[in-house]
Amino acid sequence: MKTLRWRPCNLFLIPSSYYYSKDLIIYKIMKKQYFNPDDLKKFGDITQHQKELGEKFFEYYGSVFKDGALTMREKSLIALAVAHTIQCPYCIDAFTTGSLENGSDEEEMMEAVHVAAAIRGGASLVFSVQMMDHAKKMSM
Amino acid sequence: MGVKQRTKSLKAKKSQLSNTFYQLKVLKKGVESGNGKGFAPFDQKLDEHNLQSLRPDGIEIFQLNIGKLCNQTCSHCHVDAGPDKGDEMMTREDLETCLEIIEKHKIPTVDITGGAPEMHSEFRWFVRECYKLGAEVMARCNLTIIVANKKYHDIPQFYRDHKVKVVSSLPHFSEKRTDSQRGDGVFEDSIKALQLLNEVGYGKEDSGLTLDLVYNPTGAYLPGSQATLEREFKRKLKRKFDVDFNNLYAITNQPISRFLEYLIHTEQYESYMEKLINSFNPATVEGLMCKYTLSVSWDGCIYDCDFNQMLDLKVDAPGQHISEFDPKTLSERKIITGQHCYACTAGAGSSCGGEISE
Repeated sequence: MKTLRWRPCNLFLIPSSYYYSKDLIIYKIMKKQYFNPDDLKKFGDITQHQKELGEKFFEYYGSVFKDGALTMREKSLIALAVAHTIQCPYCIDAFTTGSLENGSDEEEMMEAVHVAAAIRGGASLVFSVQMMDHAKKMSM
Repeated sequence: MGVKQRTKSLKAKKSQLSNTFYQLKVLKKGVESGNGKGFAPFDQKLDEHNLQSLRPDGIEIFQLNIGKLCNQTCSHCHVDAGPDKGDEMMTREDLETCLEIIEKHKIPTVDITGGAPEMHSEFRWFVRECYKLGAEVMARCNLTIIVANKKYHDIPQFYRDHKVKVVSSLPHFSEKRTDSQRGDGVFEDSIKALQLLNEVGYGKEDSGLTLDLVYNPTGAYLPGSQATLEREFKRKLKRKFDVDFNNLYAITNQPISRFLEYLIHTEQYESYMEKLINSFNPATVEGLMCKYTLSVSWDGCIYDCDFNQMLDLKVDAPGQHISEFDPKTLSERKIITGQHCYACTAGAGSSCGGEISE
């Protein structure tokens, strides 16, 4: 029997044979996904229904990303790392582009993602102290 | 190490895009595989912002493309230059006519470009003559030509002796990103050439010898802040290679020629155009280079800018060749615009001298 290899496709795990085929089912899954890259272009629409708060948010957002004590380039790399931490696909698209625009290369961007990964991994591992303490307490 | 060609010219590939009519058709109507959505014509955008049609303010820069021959075939080249373009070189007679124009009309700056202009057999003679006339001479040097062949090794000294302002392309301080656009080995040779230029004083304080670098994105995105990029380039090039330079110009890639081919091939044409149009900045219009530059092609024809030249959109004036050069009618002309102009008005704007407005 043919062994299926599984590959992630957004939120779904699907057999890799489907992934590469032009199977209609996959096409339909892709069409109905929750994440639509084009939605990023409509980000400005969040001012609908709550104009004042939306506009205040964008004003604040714009100010945050201006050159300050940190450069736009540094801020884009921080944003890219955070985007990976919160696993926001829109933010990953936006700040990969932003980092490239501000002159970063893949090596720098990958290092930024490793910083995010190290903090996430470290945050899990540091709790192992609690695990070890508790295990010690419970053991003879 | 030597340079490997990144691609072939559109002409050598027999691409449809080697025909400027086809390029203009794509720019006007979009790509066949696209969503059919038309983009607002550039002139309409000017109207929306109550801006007048573009008119020239004078001739400060005489930009001469003296030939399309080049030792590199970069993947984004708007000139479609390359080693196979040896038959598209300006004649000595036309170069002499250019000198007469520069002298007679006291044009302050001569911007010499190509191809690799140094490969033109009359290049050194022409630079010497411009220098004698007292014009400021700018040479757009691709850097690698300096180390490509022994006969070009003394170019830095030649430039120094004639006070030539050197403007050189270096799309990134990373080898990978530079070579992905300009060809394997380009970064290494470019760094060697920059060090040789530094050795004779270029880019050094108080030397009076200017070495400017040109940054352009190595993909379908816009350049970020020129000041930020310049700071980073200076820091990285100094730290890693002890290279100094004066200014960095951030230039937006024009959706024409080989870059247009790349956009179509990677299905990014429409999103790139959208990006350019959504980033339209009316504050850039007054400083557009077409308002103070004239561009001359290898065959002596006159254009509003280098990009119109590559689309074969000659000036809208009775004299379209240097042999009929008439500053009066040229000063009264309307500048020809098209969808490619959005590249010069996006964000902080873009010109052969980098950003237009902060």
